[in-house]
Amino acid sequence: MRRADLPRLLAPLLLLVAAGCGGEADSAVDPGTGQLAGKPAYGDTYIEALQGNISGLIPNVLSDGPSFEVGSLIYNGLVKHDKDVNLVPELAESWQFSRDCLDLTFKLRRDVRWHDNQPFTADDVVFTYDTMVNPKTPTAYAGDFKPVASVTAVDPYTIHVHYKHPHARALQSWGIWMLPKHLLQKPMLEGKLRESPQNRTAPVGTGPYKLKEWRSGEKVVLIANPDYFEGRPYISRVVYRIIPSSATTFLELKAKGVDGAKLTALQFKRQTEYPAFRKAYTKYQYAANVYVYLGLNLRDPRFADRRVRQAFAHAINKRELIEGVRLGLAREATGPYKPGTWPYNPNVKTYPYDVKKARALLAEAGWTEMNPDGVLVKNGQPFKIELLSAQGSDEGRKVAEIIQAAFKDLGVQVEIRVIEWAALLKEYIKKRNFEAVILAWGITPDPDQFDIWHSSKTSPDELNRIGYANPEVDDLLEKGRSTCIEAERKKYYDRLQEVLAEDQPIVFLYFRDGLPVVSSRVRGIMPAPIGIMYNFNEWFVPRQLHRYTAG
Amino acid sequence: MLGYALRRLVLAIPLLIGITFVSFLVIHLAPGEPVETTGGESSTQSDRELRQRLTEIYGLDKPLHVQYWNWLTRLVRLDFGRSFSPDARPVLQKIGERMPVTLLLNIAEMIIIVAFAIPIGVLSATRQYSKFDKVTTVFVFVGFATPDFWLALMLMILFGVQLGWLPISGLRSPTSEYLSFWRQQWDFVGHLLLPILVATFGGLAGFSRYMRQSMLEVVRQDYIQSARAKGLAESVVIGKHALRNALLPIVTVLGLSLPGLIGGSVIVESIFAIPGMGQLMVQAVFERDYPVIMGNLVIVATLTLVANLLADLTYSLVDPRIRVSARRARR
Repeated sequence: MRRADLPRLLAPLLLLVAAGCGGEADSAVDPGTGQLAGKPAYGDTYIEALQGNISGLIPNVLSDGPSFEVGSLIYNGLVKHDKDVNLVPELAESWQFSRDCLDLTFKLRRDVRWHDNQPFTADDVVFTYDTMVNPKTPTAYAGDFKPVASVTAVDPYTIHVHYKHPHARALQSWGIWMLPKHLLQKPMLEGKLRESPQNRTAPVGTGPYKLKEWRSGEKVVLIANPDYFEGRPYISRVVYRIIPSSATTFLELKAKGVDGAKLTALQFKRQTEYPAFRKAYTKYQYAANVYVYLGLNLRDPRFADRRVRQAFAHAINKRELIEGVRLGLAREATGPYKPGTWPYNPNVKTYPYDVKKARALLAEAGWTEMNPDGVLVKNGQPFKIELLSAQGSDEGRKVAEIIQAAFKDLGVQVEIRVIEWAALLKEYIKKRNFEAVILAWGITPDPDQFDIWHSSKTSPDELNRIGYANPEVDDLLEKGRSTCIEAERKKYYDRLQEVLAEDQPIVFLYFRDGLPVVSSRVRGIMPAPIGIMYNFNEWFVPRQLHRYTAG
Repeated sequence: MLGYALRRLVLAIPLLIGITFVSFLVIHLAPGEPVETTGGESSTQSDRELRQRLTEIYGLDKPLHVQYWNWLTRLVRLDFGRSFSPDARPVLQKIGERMPVTLLLNIAEMIIIVAFAIPIGVLSATRQYSKFDKVTTVFVFVGFATPDFWLALMLMILFGVQLGWLPISGLRSPTSEYLSFWRQQWDFVGHLLLPILVATFGGLAGFSRYMRQSMLEVVRQDYIQSARAKGLAESVVIGKHALRNALLPIVTVLGLSLPGLIGGSVIVESIFAIPGMGQLMVQAVFERDYPVIMGNLVIVATLTLVANLLADLTYSLVDPRIRVSARRARR
């Protein structure tokens, strides 16, 4: 696992070849990506619209998307995900697992310096580990480091990690952002990382960009780190503008006030298809790491019957749902893994739209009588469901409405209630006081979803909210997380998906598409399963297209 | 007069405590907890321990009365606490960085409204049912009925996208730090024009109506008749005798809108991407960031009480009748 260290001069050249365009002609269009080619040049400013304010600058103690997006340009991990969501070295040069998966050794790069010019060494890795497991650190990622027995710096550029038991996410967990010991040791020991200046005005990382300025609620300005170990990034200045309203973002795009933004499905499909926009921007589309589902409370005897859940799966026309809610910009979900990633199993039971079959399944489950209102009745009880959805999510409400209409055909009466998110979570989901709910899960690149499906994870604060319990699933989850050999894990997760598809503990609906646009003067973007941001430091603007001379 | 003001000030303290107590209670009664991440989606990362940790750090595991007492005792030392949001910054600092732009916007808006609303009101009152009055009436109804966000978007499309004269949103251009000092100021003003225009539009409608109404009442009074009978010029009758009296109720309305100056408009701020008090407060409510919400409430409540007092005092300054009746009542 060693990435060839290319001389810096060669890097731009390689980029051209990789982009699939041999020449240097500026107007050559690469057939693969539709990208215009051009000569890489340093300079220019890239302005991206963020919908939410970032909450800080030490991502290890934060949990919001915008902070991660900014943080990922300032910090690095020992490993990272490449364009195909495989783990590759970043600050590490290579790694080695012992045969029993209990010992993990990293060799670190020797050419890495912090933004304040201190060398990055094994001590910093040990410090980051200490930070993550310190009970005073308010982080959501401590769990990943619990199976670690010890972390030792063998020499300044070698790290040895010993695990108590095999831990599947071991390698991935070292993608955690590395923190500088020489600056953060004191605040870490005091449990004051969030209050430290590094979280506010002076973050120090090893990444391709340094912080220039953060004006709360207004903008975050980053400038290129000329000494970045993978080479100086081409774009010399990045401005994140915080624009809460998507309508405003869209107008800013039209007026060329921002260079990059995420579009809504409606904007992507209907409002950006005219020539001037297509000329000024390139649109990208990839499956995001979020899937939307219909959750059923399995403690409710009606939903404990698998046939009822299968009937529901058959009754929902997913294609129509995607068309109606996302204008087609989503992919059908057959299980909790994203199509195109390694854990995904395409050969599972699917539930094509079939009302007849759905009716038959419900009849099998004892729902045979129908009252004069056209609602199914069992033991004198009409089949009525209260379907909850979070306020502010237009998408959730639309999904609920389409499901309501579909279930009406079955003879199931659905009442929709839209509730503010914090209240929904506290009063309904956590208290398990719900019948059905439209929610979404964000998934991680690693397939370990123990916390969601394991029968031991059902207490109020835990994530098995629907109360799912299946001994085979429990067993597969336990096995899947306790080996570091991918091929072996794949077997367990393939089977897991088969069982989940058969069981339909929740009705899997769709994976939403991420819909970013980027100004067409920016080149070097290569869309991949992981998205577009993964090679940001290789993006560039050809000299003659520079819009901002400053920087 | 001074004694009266002091007495009012002293009486305001228990009132303020009462307000904070009720607010504290109401906010904590709202479902949801501050230690949740917002957004409608959950990550598969389990963060149960983090939640427990934060609950302890924030002191949310203590009974409500203890929490309130702790908060109150800190407040007395003017310590508003630290935000629950992950930046953990002092509440006053957070409010302090958002306040200036909101104040600037609202004060500019106020001045423009007053500058336009008073002449419009006076003219449409003295020329009741004239063409001018009818046109302004229509304008006022349109102003009332136009939703802020719609007007904002229309103006953005016209001036920002089609004509390209003004920036669409934000406070400064992304490259403003490279401009000369004066260009920077101009850039800043350019960014504020549309928000001020939108915010003024609705307010102007309301205020000019107040003015018209108040003026209409005054011109019907006998002393206006007698002023006219004395042979005074119409401009003196209206400008001096009528206007002064008609302005009295406006003073009260103005006074009461003082606390509104620091509470930014959520709609205008969100749509123009202006980081002001409105956005801060809404975010704090969604995140159940109690210290920020309470800090803001205390400031608004204090300002409201002060504004009330000021309105009463100025009222007695400008209207001799009140002074006299107050003196009589005390006897």
